[in-house]
Amino acid sequence: MSDHKTMTLTLIVWRQKNANDPGKFETYTAKGITEHHSFLEMLDVVNEDLILAGKDPIVFDHDCREGICGMCSQVVNGMAHGGQDRTTVCQLHMRKFKDGDTIYIEPWRARAFPIIRDLIVDRAALDTIVQAGAYVSCHTGGVPDGNAILIPKPVADESMDAAECIGCGACVAGCPNGAAMLFTGSKVSQFAVLPQGKPEAAARVKALEKAMTDCGFGNCTNHYECQAACPKGINVKFIARMNREFLKAQFS
Amino acid sequence: MQLFSSSIGRKIVMAITGQCMVLFAIIHLLGNSTAFGWLTGGLNAYAHHLHSLPLPLLWGFRLGLLALACIHIWFGIQLTIENRACRTQQYAVKNMQKASFASETMIWTGALLLLFIIYHLLHFTFQVINPETGALINPDALGHPNVLAMVVAAFQNVGIALLYVGAMVVLFLHLSHGIQSSFQSMGWSNDRTQPCLIKGSTLGALFMFLGYAAVPLIILVRILK
Repeated sequence: MSDHKTMTLTLIVWRQKNANDPGKFETYTAKGITEHHSFLEMLDVVNEDLILAGKDPIVFDHDCREGICGMCSQVVNGMAHGGQDRTTVCQLHMRKFKDGDTIYIEPWRARAFPIIRDLIVDRAALDTIVQAGAYVSCHTGGVPDGNAILIPKPVADESMDAAECIGCGACVAGCPNGAAMLFTGSKVSQFAVLPQGKPEAAARVKALEKAMTDCGFGNCTNHYECQAACPKGINVKFIARMNREFLKAQFS
Repeated sequence: MQLFSSSIGRKIVMAITGQCMVLFAIIHLLGNSTAFGWLTGGLNAYAHHLHSLPLPLLWGFRLGLLALACIHIWFGIQLTIENRACRTQQYAVKNMQKASFASETMIWTGALLLLFIIYHLLHFTFQVINPETGALINPDALGHPNVLAMVVAAFQNVGIALLYVGAMVVLFLHLSHGIQSSFQSMGWSNDRTQPCLIKGSTLGALFMFLGYAAVPLIILVRILK
């Protein structure tokens, strides 16, 4: 590692003590960053320096750092997860930046996601949507036979494409309206296409749509920023499917 | 009713009212195209046919259009106000990936179109603006209005002709996002059709722009007299 060139970067980071604090940007210098550092490791380096200097480290959400848990949530230079296609910010590497770059780091910004501290926001609203009906009711009892319900591969694939959502909330962060249509659309769709999900499809789409609005998310204006922001590349076709399911549900 | 209170429901209402108005715009464009001479008697014959329709039908159509426009405008404003409230704090760096100038300015292009439609009705339908050109519509002995004379006189004025062409640029912007957006809101879209819908929407809007802008332009350069 020692023979690698290092970068020095200027970070302009959103600092906010709690939900009631108005918050402000602070400028930091990140020194000794190599191209192999992930974005979060770069912040770890900066935080080490801050702690040694007796200052409050930058607080941010993270967990697996493998791009699969959906915990990390930073808007880098105006793009949720930093703008690299199908990549969470923990899997964004510093080789995507140049020595001397200035980087803006902000939390997800949406009314439904109040800021807890610095870059951490409260995404419980997404759980509220799931609790409203993003599941299949089933009776307990004996284990069903593995092949009792035959599902064609394309249908299973379609459901899995929707189920790939990791619930990070980048779609909401990217949306200029703070809407959760891509998240809700993927939840509605992953069940609506499967035989197990069909019996409750109409009730589910109505309940999820209502929960989404009640949580304070905005309305869709079809900018498709959500799809660009999504680290799993979830397609806006699932929003169209939710709209279709919703329209169908009005007549059932 | 859920269609008028919910988030998706109101988007569906926006889509249906918008699509109906696009259908009207296509019919209007077909009417305008009689100025190119495919109908015997041209624009005047078309106007005469239109005004010969039974009054309840004509006014039913007009009131229906008015209702569609009112619903579209009402929900458009309501949804926009709600959306602005859902993201009060903007990012320090604005970095949109897929949104276009057209998609971000729908409320403003919509407002400009409303102003234009009011002007257009006062200008050609009620002849309150520029009454001297409006007077040229006076019907002949058979009761056939001379719409062509009125339109030609109006568009020989550079300012008026360019105002109409400018308004059609605004229409192009509104429709280039609006048409494909309405398909998405209705759920008539998937990953295979969406790229075609986006291109088709722009092409459709371009067709409308060219069709509508053609009449003032060919009059302005004196091709149509």
